[in-house]
Amino acid sequence: MIVERPRDLLVKKILAHGFLLLFLALILFPFLVVVSISFREGNFTVGSLWPENPTLEHWYLAFGLDYVRDDGTVVEPPYPVLLWMWNSIKIGLIAASGILALSVVSAYAFSRIRIRGKGAMLDGLFLIQMFPTTLALVALYAIFDAAGEVSPMLGIDSHLALILVYLSMITLHIWTIKGYFDSVDTALDKAAEIDGASPWQTFRYVFLPLAVPIMAVVFVLAFIFVINDYPIASVLIRSEENLTLAVGSRLYLNEFRYLWGDFAAAAILSGLPITVVFLIAQRYLVSGLSEGAVKG
Amino acid sequence: MTALDQAHDGGRSAAQWPRLALTGLVTLALLWGAFHLYQLQQPLFGLILLALACGIAVVFGSNRFYGARFIFPGVAAVLIFIAFPVIYTIWIGFTNYSSFNLLSKPRTVEVLLSRGTVDPDTEEPFAVAPEGDLYRVWLPESGLLSEPLALDGSEENAALAPADAPAALLERRDAIALRSGLGAATLTAPDGTVLMNAGLRTFASVQPDYELLDPDTLRRTSDGALLTANPRTGFFETEAGERVPPGWRVTVGWQNFERILTNEGIRGPMVSIFVWTVLFAGGTVVFAFGLGLLLAVILQWEHLRFKAVYRVLLILPYAVPAFISILVFRGIFNQNFGELNLILEALFGLRPHWFTDATLARVMILIVNVWLGYPYMMLLAMGFLQAVPADHKKAAALEGASSVRTFFSITLPQILPPFLPLLIAAFAFNFNNLMLILLLTRGQPDIPGTAIPAGKTDILASFTYRLAFNDSSQQFGLAGAITLIIFVIVGAVSYANFVAMRRAAARRAPQ
Repeated sequence: MIVERPRDLLVKKILAHGFLLLFLALILFPFLVVVSISFREGNFTVGSLWPENPTLEHWYLAFGLDYVRDDGTVVEPPYPVLLWMWNSIKIGLIAASGILALSVVSAYAFSRIRIRGKGAMLDGLFLIQMFPTTLALVALYAIFDAAGEVSPMLGIDSHLALILVYLSMITLHIWTIKGYFDSVDTALDKAAEIDGASPWQTFRYVFLPLAVPIMAVVFVLAFIFVINDYPIASVLIRSEENLTLAVGSRLYLNEFRYLWGDFAAAAILSGLPITVVFLIAQRYLVSGLSEGAVKG
Repeated sequence: MTALDQAHDGGRSAAQWPRLALTGLVTLALLWGAFHLYQLQQPLFGLILLALACGIAVVFGSNRFYGARFIFPGVAAVLIFIAFPVIYTIWIGFTNYSSFNLLSKPRTVEVLLSRGTVDPDTEEPFAVAPEGDLYRVWLPESGLLSEPLALDGSEENAALAPADAPAALLERRDAIALRSGLGAATLTAPDGTVLMNAGLRTFASVQPDYELLDPDTLRRTSDGALLTANPRTGFFETEAGERVPPGWRVTVGWQNFERILTNEGIRGPMVSIFVWTVLFAGGTVVFAFGLGLLLAVILQWEHLRFKAVYRVLLILPYAVPAFISILVFRGIFNQNFGELNLILEALFGLRPHWFTDATLARVMILIVNVWLGYPYMMLLAMGFLQAVPADHKKAAALEGASSVRTFFSITLPQILPPFLPLLIAAFAFNFNNLMLILLLTRGQPDIPGTAIPAGKTDILASFTYRLAFNDSSQQFGLAGAITLIIFVIVGAVSYANFVAMRRAAARRAPQ
């Protein structure tokens, strides 16, 4: 390791790069295929991997525009992809903001305010969070079915109901932010207290500005979780115009109506922005992931 | 209002009363909702709302609970949308809640009593004659006119008497607008027959199919058979045991669990699904961890160039939304026009049946899930590898150990303990990785000869999901029972994780 012969080193380098390149070719193959298909004619054509007669038909449809083929037939978009995307982004932003607000306030209290039974509550939250909501779907369905009788705004097929469920996904984030607050020097609180600040003011003017970086991480994580959720949305949302992207996309690859080409264009269109956000945020995510999880 | 009064009586500072007023308003709204749910025969959900209302009133109304205000919203959200549904699901596992036993008992009785058979001989058209605020019903064929009726939806009875046709009759459209009032009205003809609204245009003598004798007994009018409510099955039954649908929800004790344990058509597939779930979750974690660690080690190698580029490209599978990647794989693996089979056929003349052959379907699921999961492991491994002191490795190299030997004796033992809780969490996550199965195979291909729908690639969670939401007979009760079994398993895994994390934290602390 310390002393290596140059020839061995060269062989090792070639092996390492060769392995990585081969692996990348395998891993990235699906992405290349999807790009190629989005320009290929038709939805089933078993053609070559490189589109021979490239067409923008699928892209027109993905953007919700009618496409006129050369022979004059007009193709209408099969599904409202942009509307679904808007639904997903809307729900994602609202839910992520709510999750952030709830978890940052709770984390501050768990870190700094003396409350009876705090330790037990933290352990309890941690254990509860291990039970995935996807297993309680039957109960969630029954709950919102009943709530819908009180107000349709809270019932099945309402975005508000979905957001409420997502708001409960805060435990992991509470732990992450609490870990961050725990590392803040207690001299800061003391100083604020001496200046006559109430706990709320200490939180608002001292801790909140300090927590901006970790809050950004939590916001992105929560947003991505909400956008990615399939099971909960598939149970609570019914009508086509209310679907989120994750639930709607599945309609493309139905056994009876298989729209491979249309799906490819829609997938790139909707997946690209989320991927870019993730790649920008991932630097900060890694530290949040490993630190927040292990800090007890 | 009470909140406002309190604020003035107590002579508190003016800054408090907007908060108290808001608390009062929210509490009142929740109380109204709770009362409404109670009226809708959902006392349990009403109770939850009532508890929430009380909690808000106490925590935000009194200054004594200042600290609790910070955590109340979060804890309430977790309790209502995670803890309560979990408990409620378990309770459903002890009931016969399904598409056959969907309603509450009072609703079931209502549904049965509202069923009636129209006697075609007495059916005749009607018209409505307005009289001040009241209405009379005019039956032109028999020349009968009723006494005035309010037609406001309450139950009314009016006698019919022979009369001349009224001067003014309502238009059909206006008469239809009164249909809820007409539906609740009964008319008694001079010969004693009772006529009811039998549709939009006619009145007729309607023979109710069932008659309520006492809260637990119905008489079927067609054959006079007595039906008794069976509190154990949730059906009205004849003496011979014939069930009259619909049924209502009752608790059935351990019946669902007995079915799971004794019915070969359920137990067989359950066992095979459980084995596959463990294999799937365990296999995913092992392969993703191995692959991620290998890549992390290569990327950490000091002589490697273009690290940043490799890193970004390698985490792409993690960055793309999973639902999109999974659906992309669904297309690529397609037997008839998937790109993978296209290539395999061109190269080797093979056309594997990825979706109909059970083994291949399972292999496909593992490939897709490892593809989705290795970047996370790689990112974590890169973090942990950096924490391994370089001196240890140098010392091992000086002693003449090969780099492979160094890795397995020095590096791996150091990164494994902090990794363990994350690996267990990954196992628990994949144990319930509903999204992957639902989007990729929906559990297909099906296991032949089962009593309930079960697939070769179903994991316990997707099996439950299909049982509850995806079939003609929604078996919520059975799904709840299976969920309880999953909860026990997940609970054990979670507890193990909890202990592992505590240990990892304790190990870190002294440093």
